[in-house]
Order: sequence, then structure tokens, then C-alpha cells
Amino acid sequence: MSRFIEWWRQGSVWVWLSGAALALSLIMVVGLVLFLGAKGLGFFWPGDVQQFQLADGVVLGQVTDRENEGHSHPARIQVKVANRDVYGQDFRWINISDIQHSSFPKDAVLVERLENGPFIGRMTRIEEYGQVLAKGDETLSIARSRLPSAKAHQAQIKTLEQNEAGSLNSRLEKLRLNERKLEIQGKQTPQTTLEIEDKRQELHQQFEQLQTRLDALRAQSDSLTVTLETVDGHSKTIPLAGVVRIVPVNSMGLFDKTGVYLSRVWEFVSTGPREANTEGGVFPAIFGTVMMVMIMSLIVVPLGVLAALFLREYARDGWLVRAVRISVNNLAGVPSIVFGVFGLGFFVVTVGGGIDNFFFPERFPTPTFKTGGILWASLTLALLTLPVVIVATEEALSSVPRNQREGSLALGATKWQTLWNVVLPGASQGILTGLILAMARGAGEVAPLMLTGVVKLAPSLPLDTTFPFLHLDRKFMHLGFHIYDVGFQSPNSEAAKPMVFMTALLLLLIVLVLNIFALRLRKKLRRRTGGSSF
Amino acid sequence: MSTAAQPEIRLAQRPVSSDRFPLTDPTVHIAPILIRTDSLNLFYGEKQALFDINIGFPKNTVTALIGPSGCGKSTLLRCLNRMNDLIDGVRVDGKVILGEQDLYAPGVDVISLRKRMGMVFQKSNPFPKSIFENVAYGLRIQGIRDRLVVQEAVERSLRGAGLWDEVKDRLGESGLGLSGGQQQRLCIARALAIQPEVVLMDEPCSALDPIATAKIEELIFELKAKFTIIIVTHNMQQAARVSDFTGFFWLGKMIERDLTERIFTNPKQQLTEDYITGRFG
Repeated sequence: MSRFIEWWRQGSVWVWLSGAALALSLIMVVGLVLFLGAKGLGFFWPGDVQQFQLADGVVLGQVTDRENEGHSHPARIQVKVANRDVYGQDFRWINISDIQHSSFPKDAVLVERLENGPFIGRMTRIEEYGQVLAKGDETLSIARSRLPSAKAHQAQIKTLEQNEAGSLNSRLEKLRLNERKLEIQGKQTPQTTLEIEDKRQELHQQFEQLQTRLDALRAQSDSLTVTLETVDGHSKTIPLAGVVRIVPVNSMGLFDKTGVYLSRVWEFVSTGPREANTEGGVFPAIFGTVMMVMIMSLIVVPLGVLAALFLREYARDGWLVRAVRISVNNLAGVPSIVFGVFGLGFFVVTVGGGIDNFFFPERFPTPTFKTGGILWASLTLALLTLPVVIVATEEALSSVPRNQREGSLALGATKWQTLWNVVLPGASQGILTGLILAMARGAGEVAPLMLTGVVKLAPSLPLDTTFPFLHLDRKFMHLGFHIYDVGFQSPNSEAAKPMVFMTALLLLLIVLVLNIFALRLRKKLRRRTGGSSF
Repeated sequence: MSTAAQPEIRLAQRPVSSDRFPLTDPTVHIAPILIRTDSLNLFYGEKQALFDINIGFPKNTVTALIGPSGCGKSTLLRCLNRMNDLIDGVRVDGKVILGEQDLYAPGVDVISLRKRMGMVFQKSNPFPKSIFENVAYGLRIQGIRDRLVVQEAVERSLRGAGLWDEVKDRLGESGLGLSGGQQQRLCIARALAIQPEVVLMDEPCSALDPIATAKIEELIFELKAKFTIIIVTHNMQQAARVSDFTGFFWLGKMIERDLTERIFTNPKQQLTEDYITGRFG
């Protein structure tokens, strides 16, 4: 007892308490990452396909969940049977007591399709123009060898559709806008109308030519088909070009499975979503998130730094400055959805509407800037994160030693020269700390984006190869919104559940990467400007 | 500059104590006053910190300002290049005359005035930049872009500050990586680069070890051939070693100012004698 009192009196308890608090925080962070990783990363692993013999039929699928006996139900397992187009749902619960027999059939195959989700069953036949290329056991190997060329063909069609058809479309749209502009300006003459009509005819012709070419290609692509059969005898014939991946899970070794795993992970981060976002990848969302954070940083840093410079260096300390400072700090506590409302009301409707009226009257009633877009979303988030940057910058400015300022002023530098050459470089590390905090906050916000430009599915990226390359008026996808959409707005939320965890993990990863980028920048600055403790 | 209008000072032999330094002209010569104050009073808000200061600083000499803490010697130094303007609530009346110009006259361009005065601070304050850029700073802010001119000025100033040989191979490294004494000499080089007329030193050695201090003192002695130096110091031995003239300050008043030799051997005021013999302070 006396030892305990001694221990208490020496203050060791505070060491333990603070250490425990730190440990708890660390455990929570690590736990969060591990939880997301465990739930999300396993999703891409090709699990074995199991066949269950029940009293009333056969079930073939992957076991995804287990529940012990509860009040209302006996012990049961959840099986992903896939074949959504045949069964109407992807999952099925089976009571363990109903299972008479189970096995892992070697010939069971998991076929990932572009449409209708995966198929679990057997591959029975492959045909080209109605000619059977292979049947039975050989089908699988032939289908796998033909798959890359079929996919390449499909990719070619897609490129044609996107590039050529897209460019024709945009030229038609431009023509229409030109016509409308002339009409608005009252410069329309029979001559111009005729010219435009000519051009339009020409474009339509080109469009039809392209269409015939595409039709031929599609017919060729559709001619190569595989026939799939479910375990209970339904069969389905689909073009091989509609197949993403053929995975004969049960006959694969660890090495092959790892290959499938990696290719699935790659697909996830490098391609766009399919099937109402429940399949495919999240690349547009990654791109949108990163780009929005970048644009936000470009806006918030100059603005925040200048504001802090004025507050700290130029404004005379008085009640007004104190009031401004308190307001700025309070701004940091305003719920983000309020910023979203402001962004919608001010940026989108007022500013965007003004821009549309002034610059794009011919596009009416289609809005250009009077609708959500990546610029408005970035501006809104810049506003949201402004207090963080201002506070960090003010802190950093006040940490620059007074004698360095005096040293500069004594050499005959003006106040601005001193700020620019001595104070700001000295404060740059602190400013970057502010930027890191702002980016972390900005990358994770969803609510204001929903009002100012994020969408479930954006047809094109805000940065592409068509003039003017950077399309700030475009809507975009965002990982945070993607989580919400896939998890809670999805028609097939059970199948998309692992995607939610995976997307969340990815969002964390991106925030981490952005932070590491900023940290490296800060380290580089520190090396150049010498050690500063801030 | 017309010397007739200004009081002339007869410069005596170097103080005897400084046998470490070679004697300059041992004979008496005449030095014109470069900068002087005229009934200078300074107030921090209501509190008066300087009372009716009249002091002249002859060209190409070293003047030491000594006195106990809070006696106003640093404040006086900072009046000379108007650094006190930066402090809220400071009010100055009287004159500071550099050449023939009153620095406190209305319409004086403080920025260009400060270019005529180099200042070295108590705590070395290199900028978070490379050694080269630290020295080049004064030229850069004047808009001098010519690389050759800047390089030449940097080398000259670093040589002038006795630092060239130590840093010539690492001019691109951060100035904050130097030792304390080197940093202080870097700051001196920085002040010399703008080719000032007057160099103001505010206890330049108070944060340095004896070896670094000796180097700076030697440097001060060399610099006075080109510049007029005013140095605030707490160290009376230092004042005796480096200066030609010494002013003793007490509670914001200048008690006595004379040739250093006389102040330290035969002061006229009892207060001065008490201070330099260590009876208070």
C-alpha cells in the first residue's frame, strides 16, 4: 500500500495515464485500418466454389458468411451463388442442418461478366458464327486462350465509340451552339443557315459511316460466344467479349490465385465502375478526389496565406482584428453541409448563373457553370478549409524570430520584401503543416460535395484530351461519395459491401499519399532553409 | 562634407591596453564627425528612456557605448537607424544628423536611410537561406541582378568579415549551419555588403565564446579603416580593447563621453569611476 502511495506521489501515474491514452489512440487508428483491410482486401481473393447437396436441390457458390444458432434461426451459412440474371439475387442463406453433402467440384468455374455480375457454374460450349469450337472439358482452355483477343477487340470498339463518335457528337453540338449564337445575336442569314445545314449533313453522314463500321465490329465480336450452365441446369449463352475474367477457382494453385487477386486489385484501381458502381473499379473516383484536393489546395493556400499575412503583419491589433480572428476560428466549426448550401447558393446559382448568362447564352437552357462542377466543389472546400490554413499560417508567422525581421529591415528592406524573402520562407513549413491538415479535411468531406458537383457516375473525367483539356465545369466522382453511394444507395448492397470497405481503405491511402507528398515537400524546404523547430 | 560646421575631435593615441593590435597612426590626427545626435529624447509611451542626448561619432573611429542594463545604450543605437520606429508607442524628439541630413525630419525615406547603416545584432540572426544568399540579400532587395556584381560583393564582404576562407567551399549551404561565431561574422558580412557608412553593433559578442569574441574584436579594429563603428557592449574590457571613444550611460542619461583611454584611466565623473571599477552595475 505504501509503495502504491509512493508511486502515486512521484507522479508516475501521469506517465502511465498519458501513455495509456496514446496507446489507446494508436490502437484505434491501427484497428480501423486493419478492420477496413480485413473486410476489403479479402474481397479480391478468389475463394473456392463449394457445391452443397440439399434435400430440395443443389447449390453451387462461395461461402461468404456464417451465423451461429440464434433465437430466431438455426446455424446457417451465406452462399454467394451469383448468376443474378437467372436467380434474381446473388446470395442465399442455407441452414447447415439441411446440407446432406458438400464438395469442391474441379470443373466449377467463376466467370466475371461485364453485365449481370459474376456467373458460377460450368462452361459447356464455345461457338464462333454458330460453329462449335469446343465442347465439354476442352471449352475452358480454348475460351481462356481466346479471351485476350476478344477483350482487345472489345476495347477497340470502345475506343471508337468514345473518341470518334464522341468527337462527332461534340462537333454537332458545337454546330448547334453556333447556330443558336447567331440566332441570339440576330446575325442569322439564309447563307449561314445553309452552311450550317450542309455541315450538319456531312457530320450526320460521317456518323452513319461510323455506325456501320461499329455494327460490323460488334457483330464480329458477338459471334464468338460461350455457353454457361448453372448447377441446376439453366444455361446462358453470352459473347466472350462480355467476359472479364474466367476463374476456374477449384483447380487453381496458390500462385494462380495470387495472379487473379492482383489483377482484380489492379482492375479496381485502374478502371471505371460497372453495374451501378457495384462492380469494376473506382479510378474516376480516385482521379476526381485527387484533382479536387489539388485544385482546392491551389485556391486555399494563396488565399489563406494572404489573409493570415494581413491579419498578423499589417492589421493593427484591435477589437476588429480580434473579432475577425474569432470569426475565422468559428468558421472552422461550421457543419460542412452549411458550406455546401452556401456553395450551391452562391457559387453554383449566383456566380455560375452569371457566367452562363454572360458567356454561354446560346447553351440555354442547358447549364454550363450554373450546375455543380469540380470548380465549385473545390471552391466550397477551399472555403471550408480556409480557417485551418489561416490559423496555421498565423501560428507559423508568429514563430519566425523577431530578430530575423529586424535583420532584414536593418538592411533597408521594405516590409513586404521582408515578409516575402525572410518571414514567409521561415514560415513555409508551418504553412505546409496547415495545408496537410486542410487536405486531410478536404479529401474526407462528402456532404458539401453532394450539393456542389459530385455525382454517382461521371461520363468523363475533368481532365482529358479534348480541348481545353481541363474541364472545370464538369461533374466528377469522389471516393467519399462513392462509399456512400455503393454502400447505401446501391440496388445490390450485399454484393457491394466489400467494395465499401475497399473504397474506404483506398480513401485513407490517398489521404496518406497526399500527406506524404506534402511532408516530403516540407522536409525538402527544411533542408533548404535550415532547421526550424516548427 | 564641411568640417567647419561641426565640432572637431582630436584623436589621441590608441589606448595602451590593446597591445594585441598593431597601432594605427600613433600621432594625433583630426577626424570629422559623421553622425551625431542633437538633444535627443525618447519616450516609450509615457516613460522617458533617453534624456537630452548629445553625442557625436567621428568618422573611421570606434565608439563604445557602455552602462548597466536598461541605461538606454541599445535604445540610442536603434535610434540611429530608426529601428525604434518598429516598436509601437515610441516617440522621439530631437535630431539625429548623418552628414548634414536630419534622420527624423519629416519626409525622410527610412528605407534608403537604413541602407547607409549596417546593423549587427546581439543574437546572430542569419536568414534561413544559403550563406551566399544571406550576404547577397541586401543587394537583392535593392534590385541588383547582375550575377558578377553580386558575386564580387559577396566575396568582398565575406573577406571583409574574415569568413571567406572558412566558407568559400560551401556558399550554397544554409547559413544556420555555421557555428555561433561564424554566424555573427556572416551577419557582419551581410551588413558590409550594402557598403554602409556606419556599422551599428548591438552587443555583438555577448553570445559568443572568448575565441570567437577575439576574432570579432580583431575584425572591428580592421573595419574602422573603412567604416564608422558604434558598438554597444556590456564588457568593459572589450570597450577598452576596441574603441577609440567611450560613452557611459546611466538611467537614460549620457554621464560622460571621452577618449576611451581617459574614461578608463581618469574619468571625470564619480559615477563613471564607480561603474568601471565595478562598484555597481
